[in-house]
Amino acid sequence: MDCYTANWNPLGDSAFYRKYELYSMDWDLKEELRDCLVAAAPYGGPIALLRNPWRKEKPASVRPVLEIYSASGLPLASLLWKSGPVVSLGWSAEEELLCIQEDGVVLVYGLHGDFRRHFSLGNDVFQNRILDTQIFHTEFGSGVAILTGAHRFILSVNISELKLRRMPEVPGLQSVPSCWTTLCQDRAAHILLAVGPDLYLLDQSACSPVTPSGLAPGVSSFLQMAVSFTYRHLALFTDTGYIWMGTASLKEKLCEFNCNIRAPPKQMVWCSRPRSKERAVVVAWERRLMVVGDAPESIQFVLDEDSYLVPELDGVRILSRSTHEFLHEVPVASEEIFKIASMAPGALLLEAQKEYEKESQKADEYLREIQELGQLTQAVQQCIEAAGHEHQPDMQKSLLRAASFGKCFLDRFPPDSFVHMCQDLRVLNAVRDYHIGIPLTYTQYKQLTIQVLLDRLVLRRLYPLAIQICEYLRLPEVQGVSRILAHWACYKVQQKDVSDEDVARAINQKLGDTPGVSYSDIAARAYGCGRTELAIKLLEYEPRSGEQVPLLLKMKRSKLALSKAIESGDTDLVFTVLLHLKNELNRGDFFMTLRNQPMALSLYRQFCKHQELETLKDLYNQDDNHQELGSFHIRASYAAEERIEGRVAALQTAADAFYKAKNEFAAKATEDQMRLLRLQRRLEDELGGRFLDLSLHDTVTTLILGGHNKRAEQLARDFRIPDKRLWWLKLTALADLEDWEELEKFSKSKKSPIGYLPFVEICMKQHNKYEAKKYASRVGPEHKVKALLLVGDVAQAADVAIEHRNEAELSLVLSHCTGATDGATADKIQRARAQAQKK
Amino acid sequence: MAFPHRLDAPELPDFSMLKRLARDQLIYLLEQLPGKKDLFIEADLMSPLDRIANVSILKQHEVDKLYKVENKPAISSSEQLCFLVRPRIKNMRYVASLVNADKSAGRTRKYKVIFSPQKFHACEMVLEEEGVYGDVSCDEWAFSLLPLDVDLLSMELPEFFRDYFLEGDQRWINTVVQALHLLSTLYGPFPNCYGIGRCAKMSYELWRTLEEEEDCETKGRRPEVGHIFLLDRDVDFVTALCSQVVYEGLVDDTFRIKCGSVDFGPEVTSSDRSLKVLLNAEDKVFHEIRNEHFSNVFGFLSQKARNLQAQYDRRRGMDIKQMKNFVSQELKGLKQEHRLLSVHIGACESIMKKKTKQDFQELIKTEHALLEGFNIRESTSYIEEHIDRQVSPIESLRLMCLLSITENGLIPKDYRSLKTQYLQSYGPEHLLTFSNLRRAGLLTEQAPGDTLTAVESKVSKLVTDKAAGKITDAFSSLAKRSNFRAISKKLNLIPRVDGEYDLKVPRDMAYVFSGAYVPLSCRIIEQVLERRSWQGLDEVLRLLNCSELAFTDMAKDDKASSECLRLVFVVFLGGCTFSEISALRFLGREKGFRFIFLTTAVTNSARLMEAMSEVKA
Repeated sequence: MDCYTANWNPLGDSAFYRKYELYSMDWDLKEELRDCLVAAAPYGGPIALLRNPWRKEKPASVRPVLEIYSASGLPLASLLWKSGPVVSLGWSAEEELLCIQEDGVVLVYGLHGDFRRHFSLGNDVFQNRILDTQIFHTEFGSGVAILTGAHRFILSVNISELKLRRMPEVPGLQSVPSCWTTLCQDRAAHILLAVGPDLYLLDQSACSPVTPSGLAPGVSSFLQMAVSFTYRHLALFTDTGYIWMGTASLKEKLCEFNCNIRAPPKQMVWCSRPRSKERAVVVAWERRLMVVGDAPESIQFVLDEDSYLVPELDGVRILSRSTHEFLHEVPVASEEIFKIASMAPGALLLEAQKEYEKESQKADEYLREIQELGQLTQAVQQCIEAAGHEHQPDMQKSLLRAASFGKCFLDRFPPDSFVHMCQDLRVLNAVRDYHIGIPLTYTQYKQLTIQVLLDRLVLRRLYPLAIQICEYLRLPEVQGVSRILAHWACYKVQQKDVSDEDVARAINQKLGDTPGVSYSDIAARAYGCGRTELAIKLLEYEPRSGEQVPLLLKMKRSKLALSKAIESGDTDLVFTVLLHLKNELNRGDFFMTLRNQPMALSLYRQFCKHQELETLKDLYNQDDNHQELGSFHIRASYAAEERIEGRVAALQTAADAFYKAKNEFAAKATEDQMRLLRLQRRLEDELGGRFLDLSLHDTVTTLILGGHNKRAEQLARDFRIPDKRLWWLKLTALADLEDWEELEKFSKSKKSPIGYLPFVEICMKQHNKYEAKKYASRVGPEHKVKALLLVGDVAQAADVAIEHRNEAELSLVLSHCTGATDGATADKIQRARAQAQKK
Repeated sequence: MAFPHRLDAPELPDFSMLKRLARDQLIYLLEQLPGKKDLFIEADLMSPLDRIANVSILKQHEVDKLYKVENKPAISSSEQLCFLVRPRIKNMRYVASLVNADKSAGRTRKYKVIFSPQKFHACEMVLEEEGVYGDVSCDEWAFSLLPLDVDLLSMELPEFFRDYFLEGDQRWINTVVQALHLLSTLYGPFPNCYGIGRCAKMSYELWRTLEEEEDCETKGRRPEVGHIFLLDRDVDFVTALCSQVVYEGLVDDTFRIKCGSVDFGPEVTSSDRSLKVLLNAEDKVFHEIRNEHFSNVFGFLSQKARNLQAQYDRRRGMDIKQMKNFVSQELKGLKQEHRLLSVHIGACESIMKKKTKQDFQELIKTEHALLEGFNIRESTSYIEEHIDRQVSPIESLRLMCLLSITENGLIPKDYRSLKTQYLQSYGPEHLLTFSNLRRAGLLTEQAPGDTLTAVESKVSKLVTDKAAGKITDAFSSLAKRSNFRAISKKLNLIPRVDGEYDLKVPRDMAYVFSGAYVPLSCRIIEQVLERRSWQGLDEVLRLLNCSELAFTDMAKDDKASSECLRLVFVVFLGGCTFSEISALRFLGREKGFRFIFLTTAVTNSARLMEAMSEVKA
């Protein structure tokens, strides 16, 4: 126990700071750190080094090497720098390396030294060159602040949506400020800079001088400034060796310290943990490291080697040639438990558990002590919490064991916190491993979230570990395993030395039908790497044909895309492909393609019918579909054409088409219609009235109604109207005219082909019983009864029915016998029936 | 008398949820355009909209004025225009012309188009071509299922029939699939699925794919409905072409039921105003007669009238207290019933008048002769006379189609002469109608010696021909051989009657056609449900040309309760008639099933024929 707090250093009365080793680095550094541009990403991220040959008086002739290491010093990439002079290196929030060149060009590399893209910071920067830059992270992403050769500041809050903002001019700024930094307040980025004894705050609109509240007098220059990880606090180091610490707004001083060292420090960073009241900054000189806070004494360390500080959310990482250390404030839970002679419940529980293992009755004593104070729950919680903050698995274990031991004596302690801590620590220990090299603390891990951690593992191509973590934490497949497999597949398709077949097979074997994996996304990546064939192979595995289409179109496999779209049953998709094809192919090829895809063809035809009639005609022409072509012209003859000549011409074209289609019937009918149209036109001219567009039947009827019987006869002959129709027609027309005389004449012109019952019916319809009776007598025997009944001659109808001995007719007549008048007739029928039955 | 449902009949799922869903979505869409706005509604959408949200609901959501989408310039002065339309190119041009007119007048307004039930890419393209795509915002109102009654859902897409079965346009299939998907998310998965027809099969497969993609939702849910049966209209055209004689069907044929309600004109109401009546299970009188053969309806109604009178008469011996009770509790119900009764009696009278005028008996006799296949010559002359007398273009066409399908096509001589007569009577533009009917297989010509094998060899020749488009043409013409006579024999569609068929106490589904014919579609459904598969129906399928197009799919884990296994969803793709609905309701009562109907639209013979007709614009 006594040795455990050996590396704890008190700062004032209330806080301890400890520094422990994360890794012993065995990176083979060729250069001194001080000769290099160094950038280490926060959250235990990778480290980039670029020997800086441009800083020296005489530029070396050899090209510098850009090297990327994991936090544990394992080499990830190494490449010769072939571009221009680099001013600054930095990591974006997505762990992309930004190399900012003097001329304002930013080159972006991946973690493995793969070139991603580049962009320029604008003409202004290009002209004036860059003097200094800072890369910073906010909730909006990663930003960059630049000081140009013209002593102007330019700012971009988010480099993935590059928008450059020129900050206002600082009056009288002629040289590089002694120090400056980017502040983020109220969702906006500002720049704070020091010129001699003055501080200026640059925001979008103005440059205003500011004074830190309670700054000690006698400051003639600021040598260093540091903003905390969360942008809440600011520290200033002055040429008098005085350190001012306060809020970032400069309005409130938190504490101050005078270290009496006037040499400018190499680095100064904040070292505080979220939600802690303690404020401290770490100041580094060449051989000295100092932790300064609200205490009269500081903590001092000697630096044996050239070191580099990396600010973190809850502490500071210290990199050097041989080690990688972490310096932080000891968390409360740990402090309570491990502080010498602590009587905190957690400390007692830990002790109790140790005694229990030794099988000593002291365990019981400790336990009773905690229980008497009613603090067992608190003790368990303390142990669990402290376990999270320990770096050494042994210590984590003994704390968790103590927690688990304490839990046994509690009735209803919710298990979640314990279980989750065990899981989290397992994950953390796994990623902290030397081979993985992500030295995350528990606090950082919770801030980062598991999803981001998984992304980072994927970024490092540590797919198996990521999958193991997903499975261990039982993350839903879509968010977990599938996503990682998809990333793996996307990486796999970039392996150019493996054949298309092998890659496709390997991917399919591993991915199978895992839900949430989109083969089309992977194929798109393959296509992006120029492997079209592989992309097509991968698309074959895509179960949703609809998903295959957009990529196929992009790869100019439009015909394949068309069949896939048809397979998907989504007509909109088919239509999209069709429009694509229409623009891509010449008309002939386009039509040929359509011909082989009936479904697409009907879809397109439907569209043309409403929107592009001419195309429709061309389509039929192309297909030699004369039948449809004929129909097309027929439709045109009454929809599109107005003039009679145009209509006849359209009909002629239609008739020709029908002949070609071997549809003689339609051709003849069309020719008849042409004749009729011309004739109707003539009738209109000669007789007036409206004839156009009447049917043949109606034309004749109209003529008769107009009293043009001769013309009507002629027309009937010309168009060979069958007798039956003509009789029906005349009958109806004459009855409508109530021209009974003419009707009678007509009825006697020859034997009626439709019989005489219709005459009776039509007369009765016009309520002319007198005329009806004339015809009733001429009705043939089979309809006689019906006719007689129609004219109301029930008695005679009965006689005829009896004569016919027809049972159906008899009942029909009987049903007409109503009232007293027909009583006799009814009797007669009944008698006849009885007689018939006797026989 | 009327069909009381069996006491053990299973409960129907509650479909009013669909209405609420549609209403909420519409309100959401309207709210997307905050502030006062004028709403332009397509005529076809008016009645369905009325069933979902009435004017006051629309006004609540800041709809100012309502207009019908017509081919006329808009007079609206509102700053915001909202269009509620079907995804048709015609409508897009209308919107575009409006926007462009505003533009040239230097006027800026907000435009929003809400497509129902979904938008099509082609529509957006037209907007783009007309140069207004950027000015108009587009949205979808996924309103595809309208509950017309407790057991009847309609998609209200009459154009489905023409688009799919005539033009070969498959775009509505996706709408059907979405509707099926909605049903299974709301009412659980369907453990047993059956289907017949090309469209049914395709819809089913797409639906399955969709469910697999989003499987987590329905998995593990208890099914509410045990069976679903998908059926293409072209499997059975005959039934749809017959004159309807059950009351509801007859009302539809005579007055046209539109979206579950009917406008009874002055001849029914015997006043000078027409009356809009909602026809569904809530109308107690209608509910009892809807499935009855028309010959029973009058008797039933007069009995009912007598009962009603008796109930009114009861008040005579009443004391004050009883009278008070009567007035407050029963009178309103009686009055309501009285009103309904007089409406339906009026409707009956009007039907009788109309039907006797054109010699309805003769017409029915001819139809029955066609169905049974005797006196073909006589029937043909009857049709010819029908045409010559210009009785009704649609009726004549219907009879011709019926003749063609039952006879496997017309003999060439009749084919020509009937068509010639028809053109002479009704105008030459019907040449296009005939071309349509031929394509749809409704009116065809018997090729001499055109046996099935001959067609098959023709097809195989075409297959080697590589012209895929032609192959499908050939296949479809093959598919359109109806083989009605053989199917009828195989499935026993014409009941053998000993003596008079008692229409008062029907014994089979044939009662919906006066005992002369069992609807083919319903018979197929009956057979498959009986066997729980297509097994043993191979010959029928071959005759229907659907050997490849029938499917069965049973869920392995049987979580289905026996209760739900007695509920059957029947999906008619291309429309169903009230006669079929009545027949299946009857079947359900006999066999202890309860059917729920989903149709793209309620149809009848006239609607089918109109869909195929070409009329001058």
